[in-house]
Amino acid sequence: MRITLNGESKEVAPDLSVGSLLQQLELQPDRVAVEINLSILDRSKFTTWTLQEGDRIEIISFIGGGSPRHPVHCE
Amino acid sequence: MNNDPLIIAGREFRSRLWVGTGKYKDLIETQKAIEASGADVVTVAVRRVNITDKNKENLLDYIDPKKYTILPNTAGCYSVEDAVRYSRLARAAGVSDLIKLEVLGDERTLFPDTAGLIEAAKILIAEGFIVLPYTNDDPIVAKKLVDIGCPAVMPLAAPIGSGLGIRNPYNLKIIMETVNVPVVVDAGVGTASDAALAMEYGADAVLMNTAIAGAKDPIMMATAMRYAVDSGRLAYRAGRIPRKLYATASSPIEGML
Repeated sequence: MRITLNGESKEVAPDLSVGSLLQQLELQPDRVAVEINLSILDRSKFTTWTLQEGDRIEIISFIGGGSPRHPVHCE
Repeated sequence: MNNDPLIIAGREFRSRLWVGTGKYKDLIETQKAIEASGADVVTVAVRRVNITDKNKENLLDYIDPKKYTILPNTAGCYSVEDAVRYSRLARAAGVSDLIKLEVLGDERTLFPDTAGLIEAAKILIAEGFIVLPYTNDDPIVAKKLVDIGCPAVMPLAAPIGSGLGIRNPYNLKIIMETVNVPVVVDAGVGTASDAALAMEYGADAVLMNTAIAGAKDPIMMATAMRYAVDSGRLAYRAGRIPRKLYATASSPIEGML
């Protein structure tokens, strides 16, 4: 099924959990926040929450900042 | 300086110098500069993870959240909606309800949109956030922010990254006299004397990023800023002498030949 991950279209296995997605991306769950269709998913639900076709997923973490020279806008 | 802690919303901070983590050469330099600054509050930005470069190192591997208070910001947000969204994401990614709230009004000056700032602060405070607002050097706005529940205000000294120093010391002084919460002078500091001046005026802390990260030797500048903030604070507490137009001799006249 197709999802949109951080603004880019991506093909993933059906019934993929958020936890498995993070594992595939080699991301530490305690270092990120996950937003699905504009709602934040609580970290405690990462392993049980399964993604649906067409979900828009944002995975964010902390970086150095500072205001950036080229500000980033939410879409 | 240990007997002079800074307390905001019941949290005690040992350093009155707060630092940002942007614009450094790499994460090692970031880590070394922050260590040299002695800061215990460190601001970070909230951004999409790089999903194509899996080996990208994580800032928190270099800035230990157990050792530092991580203060996420909403840098780059130009609307109430964006600032609230980034704040919620920051809280979900982090460990606390602290947010350095920025709602920017203009890309050229990065001045705050203070109307949007107040609106966003109200929403976040209702959701339990501890909102530390990056605001203009406007005493009326500062008072409004405190009235709606901000436990500190962070007025700018000059535009972010400009290094112009304190452009309006009188407004900052009025803010310090107007509000009954800590005032953190945020943005615009260029060099150590700017930081010392802010503290001498009575600021409770100074937050900076570019002045350190953009210096030729960021680690040395971080050390300079640490001394400047400590010196300025001590001078403020010690109480400076009044300015006079004419000389007053330091040595006694008595006993002269």
